[in-house]
Amino acid sequence: MAMGTVHPSIAVLERHLTLYRRLWRASVFSSFVLPVLFVVSIGIGVGGYIGSVQGVDYLSWIVPGVVASTAFQMAVGESTYSVLGDFKWVRAYHAMRATPVRPNDIVTGHLLYLLFRVTTAVLAFLIVVLLFGALHSPWTVAVPLVCALLTVAAAAPVMAFAASIESDSHFALLFRFVVIPSSLFSGVFFPVEQLPALVRPVAYVSPLWHAVELCRSATLGVAPPWPVAAHVGCLLLWAVAGTVLAAYRFRRRLED
Amino acid sequence: MIFARDLVKRFGDFTAVKGIDVEVAPGEAFGFLGPNGAGKSSTMRMISCVSAPTSGELRILGMDPVRDGTKIRARLGVCPQLDNLDPDLSVRENLTTYARYFGLSRAEGRRRADELLEFVQLSDRAGSMVEPLSGGMKRRLTIARAMINEPDIVLLDEPTTGLDPQARHLLWERLFRLKQRGTTLVLTTHYMDEAEQLCDRLVVMDGGKIVAEGSPRSLIETYSTAEVVELRFPDGLDFNADYAAKLGGIGERVDPLPDRVLLYADDGDAAVAEVQRRGLVPSSVLVRRSTLEDVFLHLTGRTLVD
Repeated sequence: MAMGTVHPSIAVLERHLTLYRRLWRASVFSSFVLPVLFVVSIGIGVGGYIGSVQGVDYLSWIVPGVVASTAFQMAVGESTYSVLGDFKWVRAYHAMRATPVRPNDIVTGHLLYLLFRVTTAVLAFLIVVLLFGALHSPWTVAVPLVCALLTVAAAAPVMAFAASIESDSHFALLFRFVVIPSSLFSGVFFPVEQLPALVRPVAYVSPLWHAVELCRSATLGVAPPWPVAAHVGCLLLWAVAGTVLAAYRFRRRLED
Repeated sequence: MIFARDLVKRFGDFTAVKGIDVEVAPGEAFGFLGPNGAGKSSTMRMISCVSAPTSGELRILGMDPVRDGTKIRARLGVCPQLDNLDPDLSVRENLTTYARYFGLSRAEGRRRADELLEFVQLSDRAGSMVEPLSGGMKRRLTIARAMINEPDIVLLDEPTTGLDPQARHLLWERLFRLKQRGTTLVLTTHYMDEAEQLCDRLVVMDGGKIVAEGSPRSLIETYSTAEVVELRFPDGLDFNADYAAKLGGIGERVDPLPDRVLLYADDGDAAVAEVQRRGLVPSSVLVRRSTLEDVFLHLTGRTLVD
């Protein structure tokens, strides 16, 4: 028997990729064209009025924020309906559960797929903004790594959430009270120092803010507001805690 | 292949399986028969190592499903009650993707997929999406998928529920071939004809317990008579119970139903003659062989269970 030639989590990744082969054209717009249009209109259009932020032109300032925010939204978006659907409607996870694939492998396979999706989108985006002259430091090579860490930090807890609910109406709450506020208040469009002191902790707990600051320090070649280790530590905490929780919720849901 | 002793499954306050003993031998086709809510599916889920037993002993292929679940699942084929095919993958991709879950190489997965599509007569639909397939085709594809790892045991949870007669017969014929190849089949059903067609041995479950066990033939011999006479009376809707009283003593058992009276007798024609001798004039008389359905209804009662 030709058993054991592929790790179960890779087999799960392959299923996602096989599905993606049919959908990738539709996703190019939302994951790549849209952020580029965004940067052009806000960065150049609005930036023309604003001039510079923290000593750099607005386009260069906003690019790392949009990159991280795109990664964040892809990670969250691809961990909501599709995860609940594979539990409830497609029941693909139940089909996997009847094989040697374990709940941990299902979670890992999904995260690997998101890493692929986010990394390809980030790389394509970086190439375009490089042509706009918006990247100022060779440290930019660290951006895909930061975005990869952000992907796990954002997707894993959302997967745990999706595995814990029965109705997709809960996602509206997630977007309204978690995703949109963190996108607005995480230093993507303006420095968090502009926020009232009361609201600033929203940014500090959000994995997006830490990723935005790391990306910005990488593309501009400046030091981030907190020590690098602190930013990375917060992202790691979200990633590890989220993955453990997701694996636990998947196991619970697939057991009885 | 499967060994269970005093197996119990509890969900909170509700006990779905109340201590059952089951043994399935290699190459056997074994059935769990019972009304809805009898505990069949809970038992199947424990056997497929998805749900842990609350208490009792369970051994699958000589292993412990809690400790060696992954190893056991590698050698099982599961055809669930609810279809869980990937609707956005093609028929063939559903099989090749599944093959990878068992760690098969891509080439091996493709080879087995083509072979199995041939076996379930879906080769001409290999490139089609799953969604436009009929219920019978989807079920056949699910069975093909359950066989991708060349399993030692195939578990089928209500394999033909919701299918039309042609689709059912085709499926039975394929399952019969599978059995002939020596694959152990374990299935649940609430269709008596299905159990009679496919099972060498079966248990009847009711309320989480096993109420009878044996081959279809031996169950009929034990719990029913060789023949059954169905009598309908013109005013039977109101008076069947009275007719039943007048029929007392004919055959072994009289069972008044709302629309007819059943007489359980080893010699149906003799029973009919006795009915006529007593001056009763039914509007229709049918003498038939006893079926598993008679056993089933006798054992599990006639109350509707939803």
